[in-house]
Amino acid sequence: MEEEGKNHQQASESFVSNLKYLLVGIFFGIVFVKSEVVSWFRIQEMFRLQAFFMYGVIGTAVVVAAISGIIIKKFKIKTLQGEEVVFSERPFDKGNIIGGLLFGFGWALTGACPGPIYGLIGSGFLVFIAVLASALFGTFVYGLLREKLPH
Amino acid sequence: MLEFLRQPWAWPVAGVLIGLTVPLLYLLGNKPFGISSSFRHICAACLPASTAPYFNYNWKKEKWNLFFIVGIVIGGFIASTLLANPEPVKIAASTRQDLELLGVTQFSKLEPTDIFNFHSLHTLRGFIFIVVGGFLVGFGTRYAGGCTSGHAITGLSNFQLSSLIATICFMVGGFVVTWLVIPLIFKL
Repeated sequence: MEEEGKNHQQASESFVSNLKYLLVGIFFGIVFVKSEVVSWFRIQEMFRLQAFFMYGVIGTAVVVAAISGIIIKKFKIKTLQGEEVVFSERPFDKGNIIGGLLFGFGWALTGACPGPIYGLIGSGFLVFIAVLASALFGTFVYGLLREKLPH
Repeated sequence: MLEFLRQPWAWPVAGVLIGLTVPLLYLLGNKPFGISSSFRHICAACLPASTAPYFNYNWKKEKWNLFFIVGIVIGGFIASTLLANPEPVKIAASTRQDLELLGVTQFSKLEPTDIFNFHSLHTLRGFIFIVVGGFLVGFGTRYAGGCTSGHAITGLSNFQLSSLIATICFMVGGFVVTWLVIPLIFKL
């Protein structure tokens, strides 16, 4: 499996150990829904350039994550298991452009990137189960066509 | 306290908390923050490995990501029940006006429920917003190697050029559909 999104921890994890990611997910889901970034309306505001809201959220998140990353690197902060943090390199390929545009189309239509799809299902907008099923089907089709697509 | 938490959270609060998720996942277990990879893991878990090389890898090592997304669903449930805010989303007046002109009528929830409901799946308009849109999210994020979390937040914060290019393309794609395509869909 290539680098993107890959688990870099060497130590294996039990079911109980994986529960901490469930807790992070719960925290994250609450933030997503309470800040309304899951809302189709907020995404429309963003793409219509009529509110700073989403730009503020994403911009602040990038700055906070970047500063945290610099601190982790500078002070060589280790993970809970004592491993060195791996910041993966993401080499460029044509998929960043073509796939990026296609995702942008879908983002504007559904008003949801992958995280909000899950958050909205939890919030009771059950029709987003259909969005998720279509997204899984899209991933399946991508997996089948991958070798034939320009990368 | 609960009353305070029930109000919509301001963007600096959301931005800081979302940003902190990145180092939190790194330090808890060397995990790069990213959500669209869950689509691939779910496919890999459900399909036989012979389906395609793309689904033939040790998805069990990526189980943490599935715990994470189940958490997001639970978080969404808590936020919409215990911490629910009864007020509609306070969107910009200009956006509301534009959307009303297009034909959106429901503004009282997080989603325009006149578009996003099971009944509208039977209409061409609803099919495009829900099914075609969902397909493009799944196909596009995997082709691009990440979504808003993996590229726009994790990748950009680690100064990856490919993530900057991908993020620009996400935005360009969104502008094109919002300005040129959505008005046409509302005429269907």
